[in-house]
Amino acid sequence: MVEMITPISSPDPAQAMQRIAEHKGCGTTGGDGKASCGSAAGQGDLPAEIWEKVKNHPCYSEEAHHHFARMHVAVAPACNIQCNYCNRKYDCANESRPGVVSEKLTPEQAAKKVIAVASVIPQMTVLGIAGPGDPLANPAKTFKTFELVAETAPDIKLCLSTNGLALPDYVDRISKYNIDHVTITINMVDPEIGAKIYPWIFWNHKRYTGIEAARILSEHQLRGLEMLTARGILCKINSVMIPGVNDKHLVEVNRAVKARGAFLHNIMPLISAPEHGTVFGLAGQRGPSAQELKALQDECQGEMNMMRHCRQCRADAVGLIGEDRSAEFTTDKIMDMEVNYDLTARRAYQAAVELEREAKLTAHEEELSALAGEESDLTMLVAVATKGSGLINEHFGHAKEFQIYEISVRGAKFVGHRRVDMYCQGGYGEEDTLETVIRAINDCHAVFVAKIGGCPKADLAAAGIEPVEEFAYEFIEKSAISWFRAYLAKIASGEIAHRPRGDAEIRQGGLIIAA
Amino acid sequence: MAYKIIAAQCTGCSACEAECPNKAIAEIEGMFVINPEKCTECVGHYDVAQCVSVCPVDDTCVIDGAPLRYRPGA
Ligand code: SF4
Ligand code: SF4
Repeated sequence: MVEMITPISSPDPAQAMQRIAEHKGCGTTGGDGKASCGSAAGQGDLPAEIWEKVKNHPCYSEEAHHHFARMHVAVAPACNIQCNYCNRKYDCANESRPGVVSEKLTPEQAAKKVIAVASVIPQMTVLGIAGPGDPLANPAKTFKTFELVAETAPDIKLCLSTNGLALPDYVDRISKYNIDHVTITINMVDPEIGAKIYPWIFWNHKRYTGIEAARILSEHQLRGLEMLTARGILCKINSVMIPGVNDKHLVEVNRAVKARGAFLHNIMPLISAPEHGTVFGLAGQRGPSAQELKALQDECQGEMNMMRHCRQCRADAVGLIGEDRSAEFTTDKIMDMEVNYDLTARRAYQAAVELEREAKLTAHEEELSALAGEESDLTMLVAVATKGSGLINEHFGHAKEFQIYEISVRGAKFVGHRRVDMYCQGGYGEEDTLETVIRAINDCHAVFVAKIGGCPKADLAAAGIEPVEEFAYEFIEKSAISWFRAYLAKIASGEIAHRPRGDAEIRQGGLIIAA
Repeated sequence: MAYKIIAAQCTGCSACEAECPNKAIAEIEGMFVINPEKCTECVGHYDVAQCVSVCPVDDTCVIDGAPLRYRPGA
């Protein structure tokens, strides 16, 4: 099962592309040596038909995230379970759904909004229904929305996220509506642990509590998952990592969902602050640190594809990373809009994106050949300020998040995101926000930026993080490798000594930028 | 008697509306309200009041025990 991947030399372009795009979970270059992407590893090596389904899906492919966008519509306000990390009055930071109060759309309004957005933003290729409650606790509204969208925009992929309680009842309908992605949030497979996460469920006209509730929920989740994968519907599993409650247990969850055919597992940090008013928030339950989260993701990676680029973004945002265009698409404006859905223009855009992806593939090959002959067992993290397209193209002060790459002689591997508050609002930096950024990337040795001001540069250096500007507007992986080679050379010549870095903080609160 | 919804606590999630066997609950100008004429406290349908069981906020769907002191038009 532990098999190194041969660096890109595959004659099969789809497979090669996959390595480029799926560099989060599979480790394009073999990563830490235990990635399960070798062809013998089955699940880890996505078959061509699955890759075909996910390659333009921003939630599944880190690289696609920069070219394609999804949107969510809030047509499903009711929920059938209660979670200790959720307060129904407010936006849920953990499961990327807006609060019940944010916006409620009828299926007709929602469908019109989707079509309107898709005709203006060609990147919009995925429609998700995730809440604010549970889509399957609102089946009529959820399926009506899908039906209306599919009529006008057959090229838009449909997906839904559910807690799984009602899933076994709706599997047939899901397959009928041509929904090819379902996300199930599974935080446990042990009812005793479940009882600490879920105070109650509402099922079969009755409220169940404690271990019994968790047992019913878990049974339905796993059965629903089995039924979906048996019908060829892709299933992703989301798990919220709650230190001291289910953190160690998630390895077992990972095994259970893999055995039932889930193709991707996304472990997300608990986001909990007292002001959210959740049970966990009020009880002072902490979220994991960046190191704890990565250690767990690494432990599970030997088992199956892990998804590391999930930013837990707010589900009601519209557009690509770093731009939220939802103000252009308020319910009032949409109802007045004349919408002209142009399928041809959308296809042309998608073809252009394929060309861009090929350019990245070439850069990736160059990067790997540059590493040939180097020997070292050093592994380190670097942060990258990027707007997308695989380039170092963001100003340090404008970055809302940093991508984290793990580099070693095996290559550069995307391992996650760190969100930071907008550090620079209109040209000048503020000291305390800079500190937030430093805490968020404190486990990195360097930060790659397109540009950076003098003051933050000095402060970063003082904190032991090297600001790197020399690779501005170049490809991330290639640059990281060049920098790493120079770093190794400096150690060899005695110019610098390598020092390990500490842990980093995970920012609390929902990400308000676009998905 | 009937149940009522404490408006200040209601999240507007609509879960109760779908569960009520008597269609006693409706959204009126953004507020969820129970029509006391239609509410049977779920007697004859279920052992427990459905709106109470599904509501995410405790003590939001409650028995309306207050005797009316003044009835318009009565
Ligand atoms: S108690 Fe039963 S009948 Fe009355 S409003 Fe609630 S759900 Fe409807
Ligand atoms: S279930 Fe409770 S919170 Fe939701 S609409 Fe009904 S009364 Fe309001």
